[in-house]
Amino acid sequence: MSIGDYIRNTQVWKSVFRHPAPRDRRNRVVVMLTNVFLHLHPVSVRKSGIELSYTWCMGGITFFLFLVETVTGVLLMFYYRPTLEHAYNDILSLRDVTTLGILRELHRWGAHAMVITIWLHMYRVFLTGSYKPPREFNWGIGVILLVLTLLLSFTGYLLPWDQLAIWAITVGSNMARATPIMGHEGPGAKALVIGGVDLIHSGSDARFLLLGGRFVGETTLLRFYVLHCVALPLAAALLIAVHFWRVRKDGGISGAL
Amino acid sequence: MYDSHGHLSNSLQTGIGLFYFLVTLMNVGFAAYQHFERKDKLQTMIWSFVAGVFFLHSAAYLARMGWPIFPPLEHAVNFVMNPVSYFVLAVIGFSKLIFFRRIATEPVVAWSILMGTLWFGGLAMTNGNFSAIITKPDNVPIVMLIFSVGFLTWLALRKMVINDARLDRGEPPHEKTLEEKVLVWPDLVYTELIAMVICTLILIVWAIVLKAPLEQPASSARIPNPSKAPWYFLGLQEMLVYFDPWMAGVVLPTFIVKGLMALPYIDFNQKGNGYYTFKERKFAITTFLFGFIVLWCVLIVLGTFLRGPNWNFFGPFEAWDPHKNVPLNNVNLSDYFWLMGFGSSIESKHWLIRELPGLFFVFVYLAVIPPVLAKTVMRGFFIRMGFVRFMILVTLIQFMASLPIKMVLRWVLNLKYIVFIPEYFFNI
Repeated sequence: MSIGDYIRNTQVWKSVFRHPAPRDRRNRVVVMLTNVFLHLHPVSVRKSGIELSYTWCMGGITFFLFLVETVTGVLLMFYYRPTLEHAYNDILSLRDVTTLGILRELHRWGAHAMVITIWLHMYRVFLTGSYKPPREFNWGIGVILLVLTLLLSFTGYLLPWDQLAIWAITVGSNMARATPIMGHEGPGAKALVIGGVDLIHSGSDARFLLLGGRFVGETTLLRFYVLHCVALPLAAALLIAVHFWRVRKDGGISGAL
Repeated sequence: MYDSHGHLSNSLQTGIGLFYFLVTLMNVGFAAYQHFERKDKLQTMIWSFVAGVFFLHSAAYLARMGWPIFPPLEHAVNFVMNPVSYFVLAVIGFSKLIFFRRIATEPVVAWSILMGTLWFGGLAMTNGNFSAIITKPDNVPIVMLIFSVGFLTWLALRKMVINDARLDRGEPPHEKTLEEKVLVWPDLVYTELIAMVICTLILIVWAIVLKAPLEQPASSARIPNPSKAPWYFLGLQEMLVYFDPWMAGVVLPTFIVKGLMALPYIDFNQKGNGYYTFKERKFAITTFLFGFIVLWCVLIVLGTFLRGPNWNFFGPFEAWDPHKNVPLNNVNLSDYFWLMGFGSSIESKHWLIRELPGLFFVFVYLAVIPPVLAKTVMRGFFIRMGFVRFMILVTLIQFMASLPIKMVLRWVLNLKYIVFIPEYFFNI
């Protein structure tokens, strides 16, 4: 008896994988049904659906990068404190002190790559007409996931608290004060006046809500940190679950039903 | 990038040498493909020769010969490039690509274009200004974006051309011949595993080779010039040249998101579901490609690589001079109308009277054009889509078109605002 067969016959192995190795057709079906992670997939797919030049693999890579970002992000949280006193120095020591310090590089380049791959995924889905019925709703979920990805990247951009970070966020968030009605320099904001008192001013508008202040400061750092590490990833994870579920329920990755 | 004697630095030359060596290998591969797969003698000879040329370049840089890019070429490129020529050339290139897609996607043609780009890109890196902006760590993803979008656009168009030819012959598209089902284990899970391994490798190498940027600690006193948003928003930041923040930063992005979400509900064309085709979806694909490639990617490249201090335009080989002076002499529509048209002053007028001409144009654009289109050129759309869908489609396209329209008005008439009501921050 080979060592592989011996291991596969132990009680421990059999308790984890409750069927023989997926070498014949029956067990290749069973493996997909008895494993919660593999169960994200159907048992069988159309040949066109796994042709690399057709799918470009971009949706899968985007999800993989999301996982990379989650793992490296959790590890980065061990080293990083979102306060004016510590933020920059923590990043500095992450670069200079930490052994094999490529954690931040993995996280940052993974994030940039994820922005690109999600665009390319969307590009492929459009060009193959895969948003057409019955997948209209899932395309909409995908658009929200696109926005969440950009917001995740945007909120993360601030955290190193260097010149690159705060000015990029300042430029980006300055747009919010021009929001129609809700921003104090937006069209229509001046119409919201009660008894001569402006309702929308720089201390109450959309930009203030985003930054937690009139400029990018410590409250902004905390706000972006919480959004980046908790709120946005949770929302993204939830919608990814819906997205994958609907891919299966809508009859695979593309093609008319 | 240059040492004190004005020579190219050794590390840069090694980099360019390795780059050209890689391109040499690519051409050796392509020549081998022509020889063994296509059995095309002429093409084999051509690409072997090209491989030799690239090998010469590679050897020259590795031997530290320090070939710079031809200076008159640098000056010519800088001289020709400005926001107008850049965008107009992009639009012309895009229309040619769509129109001549059959020829442009021929592997030999596409390969020639790629090789030309790589050859020029390598030489351009010898220019200090160009290489400084390209190798900025956060700009590296954009180079990846350019090449991946370029490659995948070629791939998709190629598949469309092939499928369209099949449809013309009455055959089903290629994808429909692969309807047969295969088991996910092993065919899909192994592909996923390999993809994950490759991505992990790429990411680790990238992380080791290129350090994440960390600049000076944040300071609200020292404002960098230029101040740029993260690269994926630079297309929007570029729109600030033509629109106020409420349009460029809020309304148009909102319309992009809304438009994308509405897309499956306004595209009534049932064909082209699950296979690449151009001829069955001409309108949808042309519009989307124009939006994604020209209005999104091309503007990101413009905003990142070609916009310097004070958001002035700089050619790819031009030094970013913070004192570059570009005269701004843009005029509002109300000035044109009242001052030049009637010779009357505009200060004394109530804003509503003053801006009546601009408001009239906006009204015509948004309220009169859609029904006219429904009656004339887009009658077929209107009948098949119904009122609501048609209005949403036309409104979305109008907002998308508002950017190129405003660009042309700015370039041709120096028009600043069509409607200018600073009293209410309502400038269009």
